[in-house]
Amino acid sequence: MNQFEYIRATEQAAAVKALVKDANTQFIAGGTNLIDLMKMGVAKPDKLVDITRLPLKDIKKTPTGIHIGALALNSQVAENSLILQHHPVLALALNSGATQQLRNMATVGGNMLQRTRCGYFFDVNMPCNKREPGSGCGAIGGINRMHAIFGASESCIAVHPSDMCVALAALDATVTVLGPKGERRMPFADFHRLPGDHPEHDNTLQKGELILGVDIPDARQTKNVAYLKVRDRTSYAFALVSVAAVLNIEGGIIKNAKLAMGGVAHKPWRLHAAEASLIGKQATIDNFKQAAQIAMQGAKTYKYNEFKVKLGHNTIVQALKTAASVA
Amino acid sequence: MASKKPDNATVSDELLNGTRRDFLKQSSVLTAITLAPTGLVKAAESGLDEKIAAVFEKIPVSLTVNGVKHDVSVEPRVTLLDLLREQLHLTGTKKGCDRGQCGACTVHVDGKRVNSCLSLAVMHDGHHITTIEGLANGDELHPLQEAFIKHDGFQCGYCTPGQIMSGVACIREGHANTESNIREYMSGNICRCGAYPNIVKAIYEVSKGGQKV
Repeated sequence: MNQFEYIRATEQAAAVKALVKDANTQFIAGGTNLIDLMKMGVAKPDKLVDITRLPLKDIKKTPTGIHIGALALNSQVAENSLILQHHPVLALALNSGATQQLRNMATVGGNMLQRTRCGYFFDVNMPCNKREPGSGCGAIGGINRMHAIFGASESCIAVHPSDMCVALAALDATVTVLGPKGERRMPFADFHRLPGDHPEHDNTLQKGELILGVDIPDARQTKNVAYLKVRDRTSYAFALVSVAAVLNIEGGIIKNAKLAMGGVAHKPWRLHAAEASLIGKQATIDNFKQAAQIAMQGAKTYKYNEFKVKLGHNTIVQALKTAASVA
Repeated sequence: MASKKPDNATVSDELLNGTRRDFLKQSSVLTAITLAPTGLVKAAESGLDEKIAAVFEKIPVSLTVNGVKHDVSVEPRVTLLDLLREQLHLTGTKKGCDRGQCGACTVHVDGKRVNSCLSLAVMHDGHHITTIEGLANGDELHPLQEAFIKHDGFQCGYCTPGQIMSGVACIREGHANTESNIREYMSGNICRCGAYPNIVKAIYEVSKGGQKV
């Protein structure tokens, strides 16, 4: 690992200032992704600002929903009684990601900021527009089994690796950040971005901005939720495809549906058209299949990931079936 | 600094009489002594005076390991794993993949199991660390250590400290109530010998026994 300077922030504003002041400075919290990237030579910060002592760990009820501080640990969120009661799909998603050791270190903000696990991004001997803009994309003509089928560009076909973010996208969360000019809020859906011509930017954070937390708005409570993650082994693997499903069913009729996919795009992939197709319909397999068909329209595959279209379809159907059958 | 460098005869004598661990310690000391002056000269030649200060600056850290308080100085890039093994000589915690994928480096920080290889030592100022060395009560093994022996929960033993630290936490968290739960919540600990069935049995038995772990 390269040498770097280390400072510890005790106030949010000071942390932001430290990041703005020096060019190649990064925040560090759980470090589970950043330290790995530093060991691989993918990330080479000159200075790290330790933000773990900032008071951003709360998970609490607000007048309009639930607030989760950016430094709440993944394991704390997954086991929190408010989350389990109001948004169980978030706990399911969190527990399907990584391992208990990593969830005990990783924070909510860090999970949002984790980088793609595309093999070409991690291998500094390979071209990668995300790691080194202009160097090309090794994955497009290479081994692209894990890669995107939606929203990719000619520069990058990497996927966002998070499970947590798929659930937060489905739950219409908002993100609050603090920057040099003060606080701003954005819908969770606008936090991550598609690669376009600038895959080096995973998200829409501006220079120096610090994630303060995530707010999940109140919604009618439902047990009809599912997070289905399909992967190469039973546990501790990134998703080939994952689906978060939240349904409100009354008298057999779907009153509301929220669906998002992971493992298919550069950001959590919300399925608005498929959701709309379900509302007012009966919770039947045929209707689930129709929604899945709508969701998978426009998928663009590469040499090794064609299987994701059928797998995505089937995972949506199965997730909806599982969510609907929760008693 | 050159005067501190042991001559070859001394090294050979120590190597002949020492254990493998002594050899490893000796050679890493030598590497540090040999490399440091060259690095300094190079940095000075490139006019990086300020950088020298930054590069060689060590940061004081106070942390409690297995109940003993340690005041140490570390470079920012030193991981908790390397601090434990190289500076505190607690070599029970193992370095496997060094990337958070195998779990051999699992320790408890303030009661939570973490991968010490993915954690910077400087970030643990004031924290309480428990390693495999801190589990037994004197000569009396921890119940999970006993259970690993009873159920043959290892073959080569390299992953075992991590498995046991992770297993103890798994029981304390309440995630060891079924065999399938144990498999899921122990998925961060890889055993290349494939002792999983016996590891699961050992953890399940201690968990079912209900004693305080």
